[in-house]
Amino acid sequence: MIIYLLCLILFCCGLYCILRKRNIIKIILGIIIAEYAVNLFFILVAYRMEGRSPILSSEVEIVNMVDPLPQALVLTAIVIGLATTTLLVALAMRIYEKYKTFDITKIKELRG
Amino acid sequence: MSKEHDKGMSLIVKVITRLTVGLILLFGIYIVLHGHVSPGGGFAGGVIIALSFVHLMLAYGKDVALKKLPKTAMSFFESMGAILFLSIALLGFTGGYFFLNFISKGEPFRLFSAGTIPLSNIAISLKVGAGLFAIFVVLVLLKFEWEKKE
Amino acid sequence: MIELYVLLIFMIIGAIIAIEMKDILSSVIAVGAVGLGLSIALLILKAPDVAITQLVVEILCLIILIRATLKKDLPFSTTGRWLLNTLIAAGFIMVFLFVAIKAFKDLPEFGYPIMRVADTYLKEGLVKTGASNFVASVILDFRAYDTLGEATVLFTAVIGVLAIIRRIGRKKKDEVVEEDDE
Repeated sequence: MIIYLLCLILFCCGLYCILRKRNIIKIILGIIIAEYAVNLFFILVAYRMEGRSPILSSEVEIVNMVDPLPQALVLTAIVIGLATTTLLVALAMRIYEKYKTFDITKIKELRG
Repeated sequence: MSKEHDKGMSLIVKVITRLTVGLILLFGIYIVLHGHVSPGGGFAGGVIIALSFVHLMLAYGKDVALKKLPKTAMSFFESMGAILFLSIALLGFTGGYFFLNFISKGEPFRLFSAGTIPLSNIAISLKVGAGLFAIFVVLVLLKFEWEKKE
Repeated sequence: MIELYVLLIFMIIGAIIAIEMKDILSSVIAVGAVGLGLSIALLILKAPDVAITQLVVEILCLIILIRATLKKDLPFSTTGRWLLNTLIAAGFIMVFLFVAIKAFKDLPEFGYPIMRVADTYLKEGLVKTGASNFVASVILDFRAYDTLGEATVLFTAVIGVLAIIRRIGRKKKDEVVEEDDE
């Protein structure tokens, strides 16, 4: 149970960064940290005590495998996360080109 | 020293890059092809293939890297990966339903086994590698107005 | 399991450093450290496929973020309602933590998952697909619709980046548009 709590604290670090920081790059970093925490949580749920990785071998018979389903979901989620992060970075670079700043409060003042 | 060596990083980086970039590309292809018998698969292998070209581009500059993999080839591979994956899925209709594993399964633990899974891995690696390298190229080549003046 | 606790505490410390550091380049590198710690944690949790992907994706993500932060000086405005904003953020996180801890009571104990679906995959996976890597057989055979949707999202993201970055449509009369920007 404590390990779930640590994972939740990691998520809250990312959430605090998203809510509180004013720099767009910092907000993107917060999103990345929260995404890592969610991916880790899925794999933690899938773990089984004394488990083995879900790959068969031709020589020895492997029993007690961990759950392969959340691993498959997370595998696709990581690559999607990279693509959406680059989308955010491209938007941030465009904002910097137009307003010459990353500060979201100044962007709000400079509208128009 | 020839003219194409003027751009990019220093000589040490270029020599090391020339030695390692082929190995990185081969490792990516190995990860893709053995995706169904060992850890790896299309996603990881595709990103490794993209990273080999990124490595080339960081060391030698954009001209050399874009000569190896032009933009038209990039968009071709990206579209080809998507179409290949979708057509593998559609070919399942020959046996009954969407995404049917219609090729014979073969003997387990061999490279040529598992029906359509290696083919799907290759399609996904083409798509992921070409797409991520295209994103990287676009973000690096983007020049702002004040950067042009310098 | 002690190494897992150590790794998670390392990741939390890395995340706090990344959030509180003034220099943007330093915080990007701290996020890289968090990602590499996550990769080792996934390896300990017996997920080698995900660990390889996480390691490789982390490197590419770091390169792209460093490209975004290079050569930019960042003036900051620290004035404003500092206390109110922090209180609102802290209150929101408290509410979130309260709800999440209540929800955790219903989860299965760590190390003893409910494997109702996965038992079928583990039993029949080798016979039905012929692949010895069960993660590959799940993403490309049993649940290939997921992968198809993921490919669509990736394609959309690539098109989105290209559409944001390209410069056609903002051309002035005497300006020559470079081919590089497309």
